[in-house]
Amino acid sequence: MSKLSIEAVHLSRRFGSFLAVDDVSFSVARGEIFGYLGANGAGKSTTIRMLCGLLAPTAGQARVAGFDVKSEPESVKASIGYMSQKFSLYLDLPVRANIEFFGGAYGLSGPDFAARADEVLRLCDLAQERNAITGSLPGGIRQRLALGCAILHRPAVLFLDEPTAGVDPVSRRHFWRFIRRLAREGTTIFVTTHYLDEAEYCGRIGLMVDGRLVALDTPAALKKRYVPDQVLAVRGRNLAEAAASLRGRPGITAVEPFGAGLHLQVVAEDWNADSVAHALTSAGAQAVEVESGEPTLEDVFLAVVARPREARAL
Amino acid sequence: MRAAPAAAPGGTTMGIEAGAALEAQALVRRFGATRALDGLSFTVARGQLFGLVGADGAGKTTAIRALAGLITLDAGRALVLGRNPAQGGAAVRESLGLMPQQASLYPDLSVGENLRFFARLYCLPRALFRERSARLLEITRLGPFLDRRADALSGGMYKKLALACALLHRPEVLLLDEPTNGVDPVSRRELWALLYEFVHDGMTVLLSTPYMDEAERCHHVGLIHHGRLLLDGEPRALLANLDDETYEVEGGEREQVDERLASLAEVHAASPAGSTLRIAVARGSAGTVGAALKPLAASLRPVVPNFEDLFLARVRQEAA
Repeated sequence: MSKLSIEAVHLSRRFGSFLAVDDVSFSVARGEIFGYLGANGAGKSTTIRMLCGLLAPTAGQARVAGFDVKSEPESVKASIGYMSQKFSLYLDLPVRANIEFFGGAYGLSGPDFAARADEVLRLCDLAQERNAITGSLPGGIRQRLALGCAILHRPAVLFLDEPTAGVDPVSRRHFWRFIRRLAREGTTIFVTTHYLDEAEYCGRIGLMVDGRLVALDTPAALKKRYVPDQVLAVRGRNLAEAAASLRGRPGITAVEPFGAGLHLQVVAEDWNADSVAHALTSAGAQAVEVESGEPTLEDVFLAVVARPREARAL
Repeated sequence: MRAAPAAAPGGTTMGIEAGAALEAQALVRRFGATRALDGLSFTVARGQLFGLVGADGAGKTTAIRALAGLITLDAGRALVLGRNPAQGGAAVRESLGLMPQQASLYPDLSVGENLRFFARLYCLPRALFRERSARLLEITRLGPFLDRRADALSGGMYKKLALACALLHRPEVLLLDEPTNGVDPVSRRELWALLYEFVHDGMTVLLSTPYMDEAERCHHVGLIHHGRLLLDGEPRALLANLDDETYEVEGGEREQVDERLASLAEVHAASPAGSTLRIAVARGSAGTVGAALKPLAASLRPVVPNFEDLFLARVRQEAA
C-alpha cells in the first residue's frame, strides 16, 4: 500500500446549482493527523461523505486506503471508521450492546471479537460503564463510546466530524490524548473541529472557504504566512470602544475580540506593548494590560475565513 | 472566593430580590438515583449576561429547563421575573425566550418557513418580522440558505437558525443552552456581538457553554458541578482569586512533556495553548515542576491565568 492514506484530486460536488465542494485536491500520509477547518457550510462534511464512499463526487476523484471512492465504495467503507457530531448510538441499549451491534455491522464475531470488544472498552475507559444504558450517560462518555464503535474493526483511516462539539475541556483532553496515540500507532486521522486550540494537534491543516481549499500547511507555517505581524494580547475594561479607535490606524493590522479581551496585530516597527496600552488608555480604556502573544490558529482562521468575506461584502 | 448565595430556609424570608430576572433557589431534581440538581442556587440580575459553565452532566441543561418551567422540581423553586415559570402562563412565556440544546425546529420546514412559523407563534406584526428576520439572517449569514430545509443544515447553521427563532420576539429574558456548540469561530464572534447588543438594550441573558473563553465574556459566571454551584462571581474577580500559578511550557517534545506533566501531582491542569501547553500548578511548586521538565529540554514561562485554567484546576480539586 502506498504511504498516502487519502488522495483527493480535483474533487467536486454539486447539489443543484450549489457547488458544495469546488475542485479540492490534497493528500494525507499514513499516520498523519489532518485537520479540515472552515466555517459552517464551507463544505467540510460533504468532503468527508465523499471520502467515506457515501456520496459520489460530481467531478474529480479520491482514493482512501488505496481504494477509489467512486468505483470501490464498499472497500473504502470497510477500511475506514467514521464518527460524526451526532454520535449515532442506540440510546436505549447498554454500552456493551452498542459495541456488539457495531461489531456485527462490521462483520466481526466470535472469540476474537469478544476480546477486541473488551480491549476497546478498556482503551476508551468505558469498562465501568459497560452495563449502563447509553442514554443515561453524559455527552463526554457517549463520545468515547462512539469513538470506540468507530475503531472496533481497526480502520486504517478514521474520519472524525466535529467529534468534540459540546464536550467539556476535561473530556476533550482525554479524547485527544487517545487520538494522538492512535495516530502514533499508524491510524490516519481526518478531523474537523471548531475548537481551534485542539486543531494545534494536527500535523497539517486545510482551510475551506465556500467549497474551496484556500490554504493547506502545518499550523506553524499557516501562522507565519497569515499572521506575519506582532500579536498583542490585551485585557482591561471598556476595551470595545477604545479598540474601535485603533482600527485602521497605520501599523495596526488587526483588532479582534478574544475572550474578554482583544488580540491586536501590529507592525513591530510602529507599535509595542507600551504604546498600545497608552493609546487604549487615552481612548478611554481602563486597567489595560498588554502582553506579547503567540499567534493562534484562531488568528489564522479569522485572517483566511473572515477577512476575505468582509472584503467581498465591500 | 465567594460561595453561592445560600437560599433562605423554606418559606419564611424567601423574598423576591428586587430587580432579579432569574432566580434558582435551592433547586433539587432527581432522575432515578442521580441528583441532577442538588441544591442549586443563583440569581441573575436584570440586564445581566450570566454564564453557566460546567462539565458534561454537571446539571446545566436541567437548570435551564427548570428555569423555563419545563420540568417539575423535587425541591426548591425557580423564578422568572418573580413568577413561577411553570404556572406563569402567557405572561412568563411572552417575556421568555428559550433556545434548547436539542432539535427545536421543524426539520421539514425551510429556514425562512421556520422563522415565519415562530414569528406567527409570537404574533409578531408583519413589518416588524420583516425587519428583524432580515437583520437576523444577515448576522447569522443564513440569507443564502433561506430555502434550505432545517434538516439539511450543518450543525452550526442549525444552531444559528434556532437562535434567530428564539430572538425574533425580543424576549426580556433569554435562556440559551450551549448556543454556540458546533458554531464556527467567525459566526461565534458574530453571535456574541449580537448578544452584547441585546444585553446593551436591556435583555437579560443566561447561557450555558463548554467554551471557557466565552465564560470570560459574561458579566457573571456560575461554575456548576454535580448539580451545585462551585463558584459564582465576576470572571475577573474569580480569576484574581485563583490559588494556582499558571505557566506556558516552552520547548521539549510534546508527547513526552505531556506524559511527564500527567505524572506530577503539583500540576492541576494542562491545556493546549497555541503549539505549546499551558499548565496550572500549585502555588510555590513551579521549581519542582520546572526541575522535572528540565531533562526533556522544556522550561516554564509565567502567563496570566485564564478561565480554562480555573475550570480545569477547580474541577480537578473537587474530584480529588
